[in-house]
Amino acid sequence: MNELIAKVKSMFADDVVKLVVGFEKGNRGARPFFCKSAEEADKLILDEHCPNNVAVYLTKKELLGDGKVAFVVNTAALRSALELSVENQWKEGRFVFLTLNPGGEAVQLENAEAIAAYLQEHPLAVNDEDRQLLDSIRSMTPAERWKYWTYEMSKCIKCYACRAACPLCYCTKCIVEENRPQWIQPWSAPLSNIEWQINRAMHQAGRCTGCGACKEACPVGIPIHLLTLSMMEDAMDVFGQKPGEVNANGNMLSTFRVEDKEDFIR
Amino acid sequence: MTEEMKEFEPRIVAFVCNWCTYAGADLTGTSRIKYATNVEIVRFPCTGRIDFMLLLKAFAGGADGVIVSGCHPNDCHYTSGNFHARRRWMVFRKLLDFMGIDIRRIRFAWVSAAEGAKWADVVTETVGTIRELGAYKEYKKVADYLEQEVPNE
Repeated sequence: MNELIAKVKSMFADDVVKLVVGFEKGNRGARPFFCKSAEEADKLILDEHCPNNVAVYLTKKELLGDGKVAFVVNTAALRSALELSVENQWKEGRFVFLTLNPGGEAVQLENAEAIAAYLQEHPLAVNDEDRQLLDSIRSMTPAERWKYWTYEMSKCIKCYACRAACPLCYCTKCIVEENRPQWIQPWSAPLSNIEWQINRAMHQAGRCTGCGACKEACPVGIPIHLLTLSMMEDAMDVFGQKPGEVNANGNMLSTFRVEDKEDFIR
Repeated sequence: MTEEMKEFEPRIVAFVCNWCTYAGADLTGTSRIKYATNVEIVRFPCTGRIDFMLLLKAFAGGADGVIVSGCHPNDCHYTSGNFHARRRWMVFRKLLDFMGIDIRRIRFAWVSAAEGAKWADVVTETVGTIRELGAYKEYKKVADYLEQEVPNE
């Protein structure tokens, strides 16, 4: 980490960047931190207690200004950054990414190719807790699953923290704000909560990088990150894209192959 | 109560594309082929236009089953609309299944403009399946929660 802070300081000294986005110690765990000078750089931290995905700021031009910006991030945010690059949301030269590899060494990544190469060596690993929950939901009967999800979704208060926390939810006008026609009722109700999450998952199909920021952000603790995770796992065999993997040739639903195989359209 | 006593008649909504299945369904009529009358057809320019939300809206509105049909692969009027649609349904079905929504109630088909007889078969078959499954009360209950449950609480 000291090596990383030294890098940040030298970047400020050489005037390479005006702003560094990372984490600092907060009251509970870590919180996002916008570091604007070398003196503040000592506050930067990066460890497993940084669950938020600061890649969400990559698309917030109003916060970042015009200059070059450095991001001190974990692997999950690098995945989001790469996906955003594939979606043409940032150009090379705009950002520089700093991260710590599992050995604790500082790694500097300047462009999407470098990130892609780094991520090749560090694929997404689903943690045991998620794996267990996923397996238990899958082993239920459809009726039990419906009961489980309607109960979980009934807790939703429609705060849209899941949307705000997600780096890939960057549309300037979201479907839930659409009122001609009104696809999803704006108030919190069992059906509209489910519809909202189905929409969120479908709009993330093939794009979600599995960082889990949506679940971290959810104030009522609904395991919503499992929707996209399960969807990606189910589609893995057909589309050859593993969960968390970024497809440089375009997203799953915006591309197609003539030889796509399915067994339910007769 | 009286609603329950009556024999169950499935309500089916069919989302079809203008160029193949709609013309196919037209052919069914002009060929004087008889088929179940439970289906309400909604015409779209292309299967690629059929948003997944429309299926959910159909269920919320009281449909017991849904048919989605369009041109066969390689036959799309817009070249690739049905390929995109196919991918969408592949993913969507898995998601619905994971959430416990009854995917047996959604019938996907390719029906060309020349397949009037096939359209009749698709509809009759779907009505048969839904008749066995019964009304989709589970979804309706959740959809009508605010009108029905809240006043009783």
